Amino acid sequence: MTFAEIRERAVAEWEVMERSGKPRILVGAATCGRSAGALDVLQTINAELAKRNLDATVIQVGCIGLCYIEPIVEIAKPDRPRIFYSGVNADIAVQLIEDYLVNDNPRPDLALGALGEGSLDGVPQLFDLPMLQPQVRVTLRNCGFIDPEDTNHYVVRGGYSGLARALQMTPEQVIEEMKKSGLRGRGGAGFPTGTKWEFCHRAVGTPKYLICNADEGDPGAFMDRSVLEGDPHAVLEGMLIAAYAIGASEGYIYCRAEYPLALERLDIALRQMKELGLLGDNILGSDFSFHIKVKEGAGAFVCGEETALMASIEGKRGMPRPRPPFPAQSGLWGKPTNINNVETLANVSAILERGGDWYAGYGTEKSKGTKTFALAGKVTRTGLIEVPMGIPLRQIIYDIGGGIVGDKAFKAVQTGGPSGGCLATDLLDISVDYESLTAAGSIMGSGGMIVLDEESCVVDVARYFLDFTQKESCGKCVPCRVGTKQMLDILTRITRGQGQPGDMDLLLSLGQTVNQGSLCALGGTAPNPVLTTIRYFRHEYEAHINQKRCPALVCLDLITFYILPDKCQACMICQRSCPVDAIKGGKKLIHVIDQSKCVKCATCYEVCPERFSAIVKVSGETIEVPEEPIPLGAEE
Amino acid sequence: MREQLREVLAPFKGERGAVIPILQKAQDELGYLPEEAIKEIARFLRTSESELYGIATFYAQFRFTSPGEHALKVCLGTACHVRGGARILDTVERELEVEPGETTSDYKFSLERVACFGCCALAPVIVVDKTVYSKMTPSKVTQVLDSYR
Repeated sequence: MTFAEIRERAVAEWEVMERSGKPRILVGAATCGRSAGALDVLQTINAELAKRNLDATVIQVGCIGLCYIEPIVEIAKPDRPRIFYSGVNADIAVQLIEDYLVNDNPRPDLALGALGEGSLDGVPQLFDLPMLQPQVRVTLRNCGFIDPEDTNHYVVRGGYSGLARALQMTPEQVIEEMKKSGLRGRGGAGFPTGTKWEFCHRAVGTPKYLICNADEGDPGAFMDRSVLEGDPHAVLEGMLIAAYAIGASEGYIYCRAEYPLALERLDIALRQMKELGLLGDNILGSDFSFHIKVKEGAGAFVCGEETALMASIEGKRGMPRPRPPFPAQSGLWGKPTNINNVETLANVSAILERGGDWYAGYGTEKSKGTKTFALAGKVTRTGLIEVPMGIPLRQIIYDIGGGIVGDKAFKAVQTGGPSGGCLATDLLDISVDYESLTAAGSIMGSGGMIVLDEESCVVDVARYFLDFTQKESCGKCVPCRVGTKQMLDILTRITRGQGQPGDMDLLLSLGQTVNQGSLCALGGTAPNPVLTTIRYFRHEYEAHINQKRCPALVCLDLITFYILPDKCQACMICQRSCPVDAIKGGKKLIHVIDQSKCVKCATCYEVCPERFSAIVKVSGETIEVPEEPIPLGAEE
Repeated sequence: MREQLREVLAPFKGERGAVIPILQKAQDELGYLPEEAIKEIARFLRTSESELYGIATFYAQFRFTSPGEHALKVCLGTACHVRGGARILDTVERELEVEPGETTSDYKFSLERVACFGCCALAPVIVVDKTVYSKMTPSKVTQVLDSYR
């Protein structure tokens, strides 16, 4: 089939669906939606429709990124704006069918927002909502709006027209278009994509390989997963365009085994592409042929590094090797290879569809376009967002993220996951782009963004990330293998109250060695969380080391729980809920914590009724309390 | 064992770089990678068992002991960590008297710590088999475990 025929058919089928007058119900059922109960909602909707003998098209869609109010359901009735409902459960789903589908009451009280022509009293436009208004969606353009298992949906929204356009151009022209767009690798390193392609295009040797890196390993980032689940064709089209530009005939997608739904969607999409002549020999009737295989990762963070990833595809231990030779010269099985990340490729298809100049219209001088972030931690509206490069950090955290949970004070934001750094309050107005983040000691990374509040301990967070990289270090080079271990030991000591003067200097010096001496980016960036927290939060390290005090009351060895005898009403709630029976007391006897038994799980602290607030958590101080339970009232 | 693995191995004949997919399929089939399976796979790939162990032990996915009835995973991704994931793991370890990577003596639960399920908005979470339990507290952990006992 030619592209014109594919598109014609897709549009025709779409119009049949539109004209059928049937309502459409879209349920956000990506992994995150499912965790929040989307499949229950889906089941209820189907059962309810059957029970009432109603005719409607029910579609599972990807994620629009509003994780904090999942599950999301969209209802589209003919000649009506599409209405989005959030926090839907089985009960609400039944109400919506009864009220909106049957009785035509759109329930503005339950609606989140509307999309499309026409408006509805009391329901704002979806993209006017504070968390969506600053966003620009390129990578996520279709996520949550199309059926990821139906190629027609993708094609109707402009899909594969980028490929069709690329095939009319020479590979050199495609590379030129990429350079014009200014797109830089979204996996973290930020290398210009067009230049990377050019290296591989010029390299001698056949076959050439193209690899899609979908081994998203940052523990707190899920951008790639969302795209693969919600819009797999956007990535696959990007792969075809990249393969055409560099002259690759074989492709691999290296995807985490922990993403079963993404793998399933990829499998379906690849099958559909073959049926439509979008994959295989002579794609869309051209001379261009390309084949794709999916490889499941087996759980090793270091495999996100390109040379380690290739070793893993070859069936070896996933360990990086020195470069040069760069993969563009000698990559997979010694052949010229180009590796791009999922998000990069999803941008490629949009760039070829709409032009490099259009893409370069977003962003800053050196960081063009948009970037997705997984916004999580102590922020009110967690989720997946996509913003133009150069947006102030403050706007992401306060406008999109809605500020800190429970109106606590903002403390820091960690970007770039285990490879990135912690930025403090005075950097809130920093512009989010490659250069500014690097200058501040962090990195753009793949897009994890974890917000910390006053109750988060930065020393603990630095230790957490180092613990992660130390465990994931492949052990090949000494600076990373030994250096991260030594740094972790020092940090563990500090968080246990065994820090010594000079520890910070030692950490800084070790960090520099690990950074400069490591073979790959895992080691090279591993010290970042430690170095930035020392840079911006030196006083917190000093409190841990010199005063054996954790100001944020997080580090377990440095905190103590006490029951205040003048506030305890001997209600026995804490005593009953203590998992280790560390609370002594009884009826009319003021309770006392046996510090030798206490595991500091904070259960008592949480269950103590607010009107008593008898339990306190302190660090670096001792509160005088009776050693044994005393009768209630004896205190006065 | 040989019979059981024959179907798993057959499609990979002559394929380059098939070691990891074979180990994955074998583990899907058997639940873990027992010694006999490694022997069988080594024979099929004409490689040594030590070579295979070298590869398999590198990756977190592979296990060499029989799993328990329920796979219990505690998320220690960044979002879960800052929202108290560590004390959730502490509670599970204390309740089940096992450490991550181990199986309870009654083969009821296998405990694993994992880095991020991507449901950061629901942190901290634990996952039993395929069910996600969100916004956990130590006392909720006990309730969840009891529901499987």
